[in-house]
Amino acid sequence: MIKIEAVIQPSKLDKAREVLQSIGIDGLTVSEVRGHGRQKGHREVYRGREYDVDLIHKIKLETVVPSVRKDEVIGALVEAVRTGAIGDGKIFVSEVADAIRIRDDARGESAL
Amino acid sequence: MSNRVFVGLLLLSSSALAQTPAVDRAELRALQAAVAASQSAGDNAWMLVSAALVLMMTGPGLALFYCGLVRKRNVLGTMMQSFAMMAVITLLWGVCGYSLVFAPGNPLLGDLRYLFLRGVGAEPSVYAPTVPHQTFMIYQLMFAIITPALITGAFAERVRFRAMVLFLTLWAFFVYFPVAHMVWGSGGFLNAFLGGKYPVLDFAGGTVVHITSGFSALVTALYIGKRAGYPYEKFMPHNLVLSFIGACLLWVGWFGFNAGSALAASPLATSAFVATHFAAAAGALSWMAAERIRNGKASALGAISGAVAGLATVTQGSGFVQPFSAVAIGLVAGALCHFMVTTVKEKFHYDDSLDVFGVHGVGGLVGCLLTGVFATRLVNSALRLANGQPAPLGWIDGNPVQVLNQLVGAGIGIGLAVVGTLAALKITDLVTPLRMNEGQEATGMDLSLHGEEGYNFEG
Repeated sequence: MIKIEAVIQPSKLDKAREVLQSIGIDGLTVSEVRGHGRQKGHREVYRGREYDVDLIHKIKLETVVPSVRKDEVIGALVEAVRTGAIGDGKIFVSEVADAIRIRDDARGESAL
Repeated sequence: MSNRVFVGLLLLSSSALAQTPAVDRAELRALQAAVAASQSAGDNAWMLVSAALVLMMTGPGLALFYCGLVRKRNVLGTMMQSFAMMAVITLLWGVCGYSLVFAPGNPLLGDLRYLFLRGVGAEPSVYAPTVPHQTFMIYQLMFAIITPALITGAFAERVRFRAMVLFLTLWAFFVYFPVAHMVWGSGGFLNAFLGGKYPVLDFAGGTVVHITSGFSALVTALYIGKRAGYPYEKFMPHNLVLSFIGACLLWVGWFGFNAGSALAASPLATSAFVATHFAAAAGALSWMAAERIRNGKASALGAISGAVAGLATVTQGSGFVQPFSAVAIGLVAGALCHFMVTTVKEKFHYDDSLDVFGVHGVGGLVGCLLTGVFATRLVNSALRLANGQPAPLGWIDGNPVQVLNQLVGAGIGIGLAVVGTLAALKITDLVTPLRMNEGQEATGMDLSLHGEEGYNFEG
């Protein structure tokens, strides 16, 4: 099993979910996160006071898939969320030791 | 029916009246009483609605406007400051506040004849002859609530709850009661309409509410000092949506504040309503334009701040000026208050956190002076000359000296605000510390002062 963590633009979440669903990936976890990479922050002005906002709102999407589907899922995901501009985000891939379905103790890939 | 026949019929009927005088006089009296009762019903309905509208300005209007501008760990503490005034000032008003402001007394303060609202009942007062005295009392209470609540914006995010309550209670005695009596009370020094010496025109509280709260706010911000980390840390508004809703409630509530100050459902109330609305619109546009020039973008916070600036600035003249004078007042208010809170505050580094001085103090002062310019007897003929003719009011009526009268009124208001606020702060400081300690400030008012949080999304 591998875990795919994708940090993406918030506006791309729906498209990412649709494409994962269309290739049969049903389980995922989404969190609202903040961070920065090479993309510069922006400036906000409230009653003349200027604030540099360095940590930008992003969505982190996590899903664990069978190892054989790694490249297929990553490819679909990248195609769905890429705009080609700075700030499109990153995808991190890692090995997962085990998975347990809490309801019935199913283990490994059959728990996904 | 031709005119001639009609006049003939009138003559016939009036000669018939003359033959039966006793019966008809009784009928006439009954008719007069019925007319008076229905006028009173209309006026009373409007004044009770106005009182409710003005209360709505404090809660939730001002509470929302302010709480959206602070950081989220202080959201409840900030709302509580406004809400506490609704409770505290209400009881204070009933016990002695109303009497000290509106009972006849000396030119500076009323006497205690209305202590515990004794004698304040269904019979009308000298102030509003068509509504119950109690209606007038409860209406004026709402002004006494919002004025100290406005000041809380100057010391946002750093003052202890009990110290805030004590300070603003003392402040009501030292500043609000005397200034309100002088400007509005019977025999008040600045009340031109009821036997005062100095003719200051303050229709709905530009001096009584906005100058006093605005200048007291500046004194308070300087005395208490900046928030920890100001200006280096980020003090961004945590939820401008709340502020936006609050500002819109303020705008609507302000109709009760200004148009209600006619104290009757009269054409004057309509005129004040229109002036209020036009000034708010002009203020919003003017602030947005100033922002567009300065930063390249008009913002939501700018739009609502400009509307509030326009409303605060037109308050004093709302029952004296014509619609396009109100537009001029609003335009000045938006640009000037924007300049105050962006450029001037930045230059002098005081932490008037939510810009009470920049908007209410400066707006109130400018509105006071512009009332001296734009007030006209075409709108308000309550002030009469010796020969019974409506007295000229402002500069545009050919009475330029009124600008000086207004300046005297503002000066007295500012002087009392500064001295009274310093005294109230000093006394409070002796009784209980004003400021939260560093740890409390870092934790936030909600948890450290009230033991609760505004946003709990678990469960």
